[in-house]
Amino acid sequence: MLASYQQAYERSLDPKAPAFLRERRQAGIERFAALGFPNRRMEEWKYTSVEPIASREFQLGGDKEVARFTLEEMHRMAFCVMPGPRLVFLNGHFHPALSDLSGLPAGVRCKSLAQALQEDAASLEAHLGRQVDSKDRAFVALNDAFLQNGAYLFLPRGTVLPQPIQLLFVSHGNGTAVVSHPRVLVVAEAQSQATLIETYVGQGAYFTNAVTEIAAGEGAVIEHIKLQGESESAFHIASIGVRQSRDSQYTSHSLSLGAALARNDLGTVLDAEGAGATLNGLYMVSGSQHVDNHTNIDHAKPHCTSAELYKGILDGKSQGVFNGRILVRPDAQKTSSQQSNKNLILSDDALINTKPLLEIYANDVKCNHGATIGRLDANQVFYLRSRGIDAALARSILTYAFASDVVALMRQEPLRERLQQWIFARLMPGKEAAA
Amino acid sequence: MTETNQALEEITGQEYKYGFVTSIEEDRIPKGLNEDIVRLISAKKNEPPFMLEWRLRAYRHWLTMQEPTWQNVRYPKIDYNDIYYYSAPKQKAKPKSLDEVDPEIRETFNKLGISLAEQERLTGVAVDAVFDSVSVGTTFKGKLKEMGIIFCSFSEAVLEHPDLVKKYLGSVVPYSDNYFATLNSAVFSDGSFVYIPKGVRCPMELSTYFRINASETGQFERTLIVADEGSYVSYLEGCTAPMRDENQLHAAVVELVALGDAQIKYSTVQNWYPGDKEGKGGIYNFVTKRGKCAGENSKISWTQVETGSAITWKYPSCILQGDNSVGEFYSVAVTNNYQQADTGTKMIHIGKNTRSTIVSKGISAGHGQNTYRGLVKINKGAEGARNYSQCDSLLMGDKCGAHTFPYIEIKNSSAQMEHEATTSKIGEDQLFYCKQRGISEEDAVNMIVNGFCKQVFKELPMEFAVEAQKLLSVSLEGSVG
Repeated sequence: MLASYQQAYERSLDPKAPAFLRERRQAGIERFAALGFPNRRMEEWKYTSVEPIASREFQLGGDKEVARFTLEEMHRMAFCVMPGPRLVFLNGHFHPALSDLSGLPAGVRCKSLAQALQEDAASLEAHLGRQVDSKDRAFVALNDAFLQNGAYLFLPRGTVLPQPIQLLFVSHGNGTAVVSHPRVLVVAEAQSQATLIETYVGQGAYFTNAVTEIAAGEGAVIEHIKLQGESESAFHIASIGVRQSRDSQYTSHSLSLGAALARNDLGTVLDAEGAGATLNGLYMVSGSQHVDNHTNIDHAKPHCTSAELYKGILDGKSQGVFNGRILVRPDAQKTSSQQSNKNLILSDDALINTKPLLEIYANDVKCNHGATIGRLDANQVFYLRSRGIDAALARSILTYAFASDVVALMRQEPLRERLQQWIFARLMPGKEAAA
Repeated sequence: MTETNQALEEITGQEYKYGFVTSIEEDRIPKGLNEDIVRLISAKKNEPPFMLEWRLRAYRHWLTMQEPTWQNVRYPKIDYNDIYYYSAPKQKAKPKSLDEVDPEIRETFNKLGISLAEQERLTGVAVDAVFDSVSVGTTFKGKLKEMGIIFCSFSEAVLEHPDLVKKYLGSVVPYSDNYFATLNSAVFSDGSFVYIPKGVRCPMELSTYFRINASETGQFERTLIVADEGSYVSYLEGCTAPMRDENQLHAAVVELVALGDAQIKYSTVQNWYPGDKEGKGGIYNFVTKRGKCAGENSKISWTQVETGSAITWKYPSCILQGDNSVGEFYSVAVTNNYQQADTGTKMIHIGKNTRSTIVSKGISAGHGQNTYRGLVKINKGAEGARNYSQCDSLLMGDKCGAHTFPYIEIKNSSAQMEHEATTSKIGEDQLFYCKQRGISEEDAVNMIVNGFCKQVFKELPMEFAVEAQKLLSVSLEGSVG
């Protein structure tokens, strides 16, 4: 299958592209050819097999379908479209008609990556690829190889965006298995603030290989919501890299609800004193879905804090993987870090592998992590049933409560409510109206 | 603060107490490893053919294996052909009683605080003393025999109880298990063998004391403990080695089998020579320890205090096969200077309502690197399995590291498991509190560290608990800033 990527790469080459991009792409495809798809013998992929992706052929989506994709369809498929600026992509191609970039404060640059490559090449050259490492990560290298489209957001010093920026990635191959390699680059200058909502949805079987990079300048405050609601026969691989400067705050909410196979690699480097990272996550899978969350918090400098809470609900024959690494480098004294992974198993066939890692090379630190796995507490179910609530509803209420912990941390109200509704509907088919 | 540190550092500089060498006539076989060596070792011990076959199978399998690299410890490559695989003190005839044991060896054990002769009368702990490759004496044999308990050296067991050995050898750690266990299976020289018959509660602690004396040798011993239905045994293990600039390999295998309602308690105080302050020399302690709770309601409990060795790499594990069986793991691992430790446990839940508890305390000082690596695996059939894991690390000094790598694999929804880990340094407010009440910094640190480890120490038998506390304070003094 590697050959088909090579051919697709050659076909997608654009001689008009800036020189640095052509070099990056070339390096990417070479790196990918050298690495190949990861396999389960690798520690990082011990519990997740990408065989279903490696053994299939995917086509790069053409831009012809873009025109056929309508506003109604977007609203039907998207989880929640809030008022405010948005960029919409279909099969990796920018959809200008459905996008809305009005009302952005002066100086803010928010556009498709393809456009930015023409207009902001210098900024892209300086920042692209700096937050994620493709050295031993085949999927990042593959994304590099097809680096053409995606979104670019630049926040000048001190800008505060009043509304969230929504990025909607839709995959819809109309029968063909499409692949997209979207790349998102956010450059937030000092003291800027923004909320970014990335949503991935689609129909049918397809493969999304996304890379998101965020460079948070001094004192920048970035809230990043990633909503993965891909179709249940889709494959989703996402690599997110964040580099944080002094006193910056990065908050991530990662929700994995869809896809047959989903893998998130979220890494943040606390690269200067006073930086803080908060990573929240919820994965809720059933059937034969497989979801894998890898997070890596790199405490590179002293006086940084991080907090992480990932919760998982596994039903049916689904499989969950959590791998959370906290690295405290030799001089990162006064680090404070907390990590927690809680899992709820609803069926006998579901499976969870969790591996919270602490790697600490500094002494003056406070780090702890915890992981729990269990099923619903029989006493709690009994309590509800003794009050006349039937067993199924009682279980749903308790599961909902378990999940809403994470959802409640999101500040975007319409989205939060929509998610709560969705979770409730999923737990109680047919009772959505009551929510 | 710095002055106290200097004073403390001087104390840390204390030489390793057990670093002396006994000069004694040795019976050595040539250096290197090949089939002839394996045959020679077997011949030296007059082993029956089944043992030799087993050794050769292991050796041939070992040749196909590769040394593992996934561990979080670093060491130069070992040349397996540069080791003497067998070295034994020369004895004219097999000693019939302890009085006949070479006086030099008895003196060595006296120096180590284990007087083979007096031990019998004074402490009431039965000891099997292993000197380099062979067992030199076992105390209390007679008394134990009356109860049907077999406690002897492994070579003796092979000759006198071949059926038991045949039945249980390799049943928990097969010869093909891992690189070092396979090597051990091929060349193991001696060790201890314990069999507790049905319904017998062993009246005293059984203990093995391992001593490496000869240079350029590896020690490969094998311990097999079988507790038959309804029996109980508590077993202690201690070890020391001389101070040398070279690194010596110690690759042991310990197998425990607990049948229905049986209980085995296995305690280790590991104090191999850790190398000097620059990290030169010391023992590579690459050990495979595993227990199988084969019967219902059985219990295996591991307690270890790891203060020695240049590199410690071991995971005492429990296979919880019988329903309602219980596995426990209590560990204190200390790394100072350039010591490295990658240790933890594996709890494999197979039977219903199996329970396991893991309490691991890691202390790193100097340039020490301390890794906890553990696996909790709950299989599909392990209905109602329960695990509680707690891994705490204490850091002293800014050059050391503490790492926690727990692997948790759950395939049963009724399972409940909790894992918790914390890493911190000794609280300045705790130190201040103690100092304010007139307790010196050194004593305060000792007190806090002992408190940190208390959960594990209380699991140790009396004799060991005192030794462990002392050992800990010597290992750590001077490492607090």
